[in-house]
Amino acid sequence: MTAFLVKRLIIAALTLVLASMVVFAVMEVLPGDAARLMLGLNASADQVEVLRNQMGLNAPLVLRYLHWAGGLLSLDFGRSYTYSVPVIDLVRERVVVSLPLALIALALSTVIAIPVGVFSASRQGRTGDTLAMGAAQLGVAVPNFWFALMLIYLFAVWLRLVPAGGFPGWGAGIWTALKSLILPAVALALPQAAILGRVARSALIEVLNEDYIRTARAKGLPYRAVLWRHALRNAMIPVLTILGLQFAFLLAGTIIIENVFYLPGLGRLIFQAITQRDLIVVESIVMLLVAAVILINLLVDFSYAIVDPRLRARQ
Amino acid sequence: MKLWKTILAAATLSLAVATSAFAARTDLTLGIVLEPPHLDPTAGAAAAIGEITYANVFEGLTRIDDNGQVQPGLAEGWTVSDDGKVYTFKLHSGVKFHDGSAFSADDVKFSLDRARAKDSLNPQKPLFAHITDVTAVDPATVKVTLEGPQGNFLYDMGQVAAVIVGKGSAAGNKDKPIGTGPFKLDHWAKASEITLVKNPDYWGTPAALDKATFRIVPDAAAAVPALLSGDIQAFANMPAQDALAQVQSDPRFSVVIGATEGETILSINNKKPPFDKLAVRQALASAIDRNAIIAAASNGLGKPIGSHFSPGDAGYVDLTGVYPHDIAKAKAYLKEAGLENGFSATIKLPPVPYARDGGQVIQSQLKDIGVDLQIIPVEWAEWLSQVFTNKDYDLTIVSHVEPNDIDIYSRPGYYFQYDNPKFNDVIKELGTTVDKDKRVELLGEAQKILAHDVPAVYLFELPKIGVWDAKLQGMWTNWPIEADDLTKVKWSE
Repeated sequence: MTAFLVKRLIIAALTLVLASMVVFAVMEVLPGDAARLMLGLNASADQVEVLRNQMGLNAPLVLRYLHWAGGLLSLDFGRSYTYSVPVIDLVRERVVVSLPLALIALALSTVIAIPVGVFSASRQGRTGDTLAMGAAQLGVAVPNFWFALMLIYLFAVWLRLVPAGGFPGWGAGIWTALKSLILPAVALALPQAAILGRVARSALIEVLNEDYIRTARAKGLPYRAVLWRHALRNAMIPVLTILGLQFAFLLAGTIIIENVFYLPGLGRLIFQAITQRDLIVVESIVMLLVAAVILINLLVDFSYAIVDPRLRARQ
Repeated sequence: MKLWKTILAAATLSLAVATSAFAARTDLTLGIVLEPPHLDPTAGAAAAIGEITYANVFEGLTRIDDNGQVQPGLAEGWTVSDDGKVYTFKLHSGVKFHDGSAFSADDVKFSLDRARAKDSLNPQKPLFAHITDVTAVDPATVKVTLEGPQGNFLYDMGQVAAVIVGKGSAAGNKDKPIGTGPFKLDHWAKASEITLVKNPDYWGTPAALDKATFRIVPDAAAAVPALLSGDIQAFANMPAQDALAQVQSDPRFSVVIGATEGETILSINNKKPPFDKLAVRQALASAIDRNAIIAAASNGLGKPIGSHFSPGDAGYVDLTGVYPHDIAKAKAYLKEAGLENGFSATIKLPPVPYARDGGQVIQSQLKDIGVDLQIIPVEWAEWLSQVFTNKDYDLTIVSHVEPNDIDIYSRPGYYFQYDNPKFNDVIKELGTTVDKDKRVELLGEAQKILAHDVPAVYLFELPKIGVWDAKLQGMWTNWPIEADDLTKVKWSE
């Protein structure tokens, strides 16, 4: 177990270093200049130069990389060019929206997907299965911004149960804040649940055809117990893998839903920073996300070991 | 789209039944598309900065009203010396900044000197280039000396980037804007909303609203439900696109189409062959059908223009008929240029609907005369570096939203690469002319030169699509400058 852990950590560290180089290089070749964007069409070239110097954009490439990467090591993520505040402050403001949203969406999608998967797998090929998988197919196919707009018209414009968008902040009260996250979470969860449900179903079907399932049934265990205790547990590995991927996506890949609900999330921050060539913000946040993805993968790896004792023994 | 309409209609009907009478309210939530990077109008060009802060948080010596006229601001009056070089401003007394410090002539001197300083980062620095000296005569009097008479000086002092900032608070204005206006910043939840509250110590007529929130709604599709649900009560300029008709037919909302200073033009790289030939540019102008472009790129709401001048401004000359839409004529011009078989070129389109939609129409219109356009979509950052700074382009579409900016065609090194000594002379004379009639005459002359010489093909004036609750009064109809002046906004019940 320790060797496994150490090996994983070394790989993670190397990945981070490599990622930092790639991210930095990619942002450097992007055409555009944050200083000109700030000052607009009427500013002279001299003024732009003054601002570039102030921002430290005129230093040599390697120096800037080392400065930035060195800062990351001491958890200093630099200052935003456009907002002129520390990047970490921007991230903190956005994470309090993006993280709860991702968690709610993930929980919702799991709560929907697992029972649907179990239901479908146990009725493989029958009407219930066909209907459930048809619905899942629809869930994957419907564009989520359209689905989000339909939710807004139904629940915000027509029924007026929740706001049409925006985020009042946790300071406005937990319920008020949660209310504004319900629709986006549903809009995000549905397509994820559809994918997860299909994965759960096929994994279960595979497991249900295994010999030990027949053995369990033969020794007199009720079908329900076999399905939920023996089969589902063994079908969890692909489900957990997908869950890990989905969580990473939900953290910052939800720009479309954030736009439709005008939520101040991480996805929008990155998008805005790219359009404004706020390179340091993009670079630092991408690095944080890389770290988050590595961490999630690590957790998923460990969770394999929890659901499957054989993996534990092997290491 | 059909389904959309049905749902909207259903939603509207049910709402009409459910709507209850509001008591007179004193709060307002406005929607804006882009979040400002910060809130200091003297340090950034982003239009959203001025939209929120102008007249509300910050004030200048003069101010521009809804009709583009100059009104007294922090200066209650002024005198001009006979040679037109010295302006003496008499300032209002009892004015306080939001941090409690007293406003005086020293702050005016500080603000103007800061804007024209060598290391100034003021986005409109050219406005201050002709000032040679600023003197605080006494706490309520400021004397500004110019290198020569300036025709537009009082207007310029009312522009967004010319607002007066406090000597002690200027450095922090990006995050905590400290102005003299009737509203002050309450809080800014990044990417979410910016809330202003009434300034109880305001020196002038107090605002009717107690609280105004600017909520950032980046997505056009989200703007309509936000309005219908009542979450947002006003859009000074709504990204309504296809949904405008639905909002228009809803009696709960006022839809007010106004003018902006945004001349939307097909910019031409005048030094790049074959566009250096007048006949080629004339061919472009004749091949283009403005009405079709306006229908596609601005919902049919933009006003056609024939030169670089807003139809709403004093001195406007209608020059849309100089090169009427005429394919045969356009082909004849191409023949004159020796390009009767046409040619190919590129058009770089920034990420705004008017450019992306208008560009496609122009592409198909130019195909009729054998000009093959390749569309290259670019983001703003790319547009600024490739097109504006490096002049690496053939054609582009952009809206020039700065007020009174016909002089850009005389700026050396400007991205049009247009250089016409005759035009430059007119602009030079205009700059130092104060007499109103003479100015109108010169402005007319400048417009005519551009219309005939086609350094760009003039398409339309960008409309301002104001949409707000029908009970709301006092919102600006036009955008002589991009500002959501809330000083006179109130609810009617």
